[in-house]
Amino acid sequence: MNKLFIFLVAILLAQTNDAQNIEVCSTCPISTLKDAIAQAQDFDTIVIKKGTYKEYNVIVDKPLTIIGEDYPIIDGESKGEIITVISDNVTVDGLFIINVGTSYTEDYAAIRVKNSKNFVIQNLVLEKLFFGIYIEKSRDGKVFHNKIIGDAVEEYNSGNGIQLWYSKNVDIEHNFIQHVRDGIYLEFSHFCTIKNNVSSLNIRYGLHFMFSNDDVYQDNEFSNNGAGVAVMFSKRIKMYNNVFKENWGTASYGVLLKEINDAEIIGNTFEENTIGINIEGSNRIIYKNNDFKNNGWAVKVRGACYTNSFIENNFLYNSFDIAYNSKVNDNVFDRNYWSNYTGYDLDKDGIGDVPYRPVKLFSYIVNRTPETIILLRSMFIDIIDFSEKVSPVFTPDNLMDNNPLIKKNTW
Amino acid sequence: MLKILKYSFYDLMRSRWSYVYFAFYLLLGIVLLFLNNDLSKAVITLMNVIIVLVPLIGTIFGVMYYYNSREFTELLLAQPLKRSSIFLGQYLGVALSLSMSLILGLGIPFVFYGLFESSAIWDFSLLLITGTFLTLIFTALAFNIALSNENKIKGFGYAILLWLFLAVIYDGLFLMTLIMFEDYPLDKVSLIGTMLNPIDLSRTLILLKLDISALLGYTGAVFKQFFGTSFGLIVSFSVLIIWVLLPVWRISIKSKKKDF
Repeated sequence: MNKLFIFLVAILLAQTNDAQNIEVCSTCPISTLKDAIAQAQDFDTIVIKKGTYKEYNVIVDKPLTIIGEDYPIIDGESKGEIITVISDNVTVDGLFIINVGTSYTEDYAAIRVKNSKNFVIQNLVLEKLFFGIYIEKSRDGKVFHNKIIGDAVEEYNSGNGIQLWYSKNVDIEHNFIQHVRDGIYLEFSHFCTIKNNVSSLNIRYGLHFMFSNDDVYQDNEFSNNGAGVAVMFSKRIKMYNNVFKENWGTASYGVLLKEINDAEIIGNTFEENTIGINIEGSNRIIYKNNDFKNNGWAVKVRGACYTNSFIENNFLYNSFDIAYNSKVNDNVFDRNYWSNYTGYDLDKDGIGDVPYRPVKLFSYIVNRTPETIILLRSMFIDIIDFSEKVSPVFTPDNLMDNNPLIKKNTW
Repeated sequence: MLKILKYSFYDLMRSRWSYVYFAFYLLLGIVLLFLNNDLSKAVITLMNVIIVLVPLIGTIFGVMYYYNSREFTELLLAQPLKRSSIFLGQYLGVALSLSMSLILGLGIPFVFYGLFESSAIWDFSLLLITGTFLTLIFTALAFNIALSNENKIKGFGYAILLWLFLAVIYDGLFLMTLIMFEDYPLDKVSLIGTMLNPIDLSRTLILLKLDISALLGYTGAVFKQFFGTSFGLIVSFSVLIIWVLLPVWRISIKSKKKDF
């Protein structure tokens, strides 16, 4: 009975609340977005026709739906922030926003959402930007299907593609981000979902997050970024089926994990990175069903990493599988496939009869004296690696995979 | 000189060892390709083989040929011929026939496999070029050793020692130096150390094209600057050419003064 009542009231409200369409075009009575917002009632829809609108500091302070038809251009003329949303329930859809102002004291964004709930930012194209989409102290929103192409050259005078700050429950899906400082940046943002995004060719990180717990990263592609992906000081994150590739360079990582606890990293592909995963001070992480392919180092373990487990991964043709700099090992390696494994399987159960030691003596030496890398693949190195394999002295003797697989893991 | 070169070359072409050498590479190429099914992986495996085997075979073959053809050399010396052209002709005959076995032996299976459509063609050509350089260098070094040692056993001993030194011991010493002086900036030292050994140089050259360039970049700007550019490539090849010219020059000097 109660439900029916609410339903009826809802219908009644829908009838009385005659949400209007307000059209904006250069020849219409309303020719700017600012005027349209000033004249609009709550829950109106503003339709912007094709054309160029030179506007900045547009403040959306009512629950409105702003829709662009055929991608109208909102040109900020590099004067400052372009659209700022401060009301709940705002939808911004289909705009082409260019020329965000650059400032060294304020983070001007193409579109900023501030203290609001239930926002939807979708189908935007952003170019010539400082910050792209900046979500600040907001929750329950959606950032969907945007294309952000920056022209960042230096770190100090460029901004991030999508930035979340103190936000919660935001879905970031199907965005395409290139040439900005950090593709997607999260700080103090919890319970967010980041899915199906492509973030590449950024100056610093494809994805960067700090102090952001319980987030899910899924089916994203991060490639050719200055320093790959950095994940720091976060708990209970989940990374599924992402692709991290071609982060080649002096300080590039597929993923840099620092102070990450209780995470799950499952089904990802790490391909052609200088370092696939760099782990530092990260505990209780599950690495499962990942492909590590053609990396310089597949996994580099720095220190203070305990109770991590590497289970059923494929380590394929990496120059070094694991680099490890301590003698204590508390991490588990089990049922992985190692392309460098040279053992045999007499009982034909698919599991090698000899344990595999993924840490080579040479990788230990390179850790100590990086210049020795120049001797990679030399015969002398093969000889000392072999002798270390037979009787480990420098590498932790319990760091081994007791059940190395003979055939590649498939899932 | 050309006549002697031609004669040595044909002589070697008829010899059993050239065929064995050729067949070995042919087999290696075929097995690698059909077991691996991946051209670029095959190139890496081949690199390991070439870095170790080509210098060894060049050295042994050079010494062996010199000692075996001693009587013929003495016969030639009795003729009105320039000494340097006799020895250089013989040297080139050996070096070229070995290089030909290498290039044909590895080239044929790769061409049949579809090298020309593959992106690995540059890696592969680089492999063959460095292989040829190594043959030229080590045959010349072998001739030097043989010219300086009348005693066959001693000559063989020195030749093997030379190979062992450059292929293994040098790297060991190099590694120890780097570790001992790890507190100092080592980029330039390690670059120079690489340049001084033709085997290391060839290895670095090939790895540069395969997987090392980014790894090297990790350790410092000097490596990246050097190996990331065509400047590094040019310097490396110049050093390889110097490595060929120096022993060849010594052959011609030594042969002029030697008593027979």
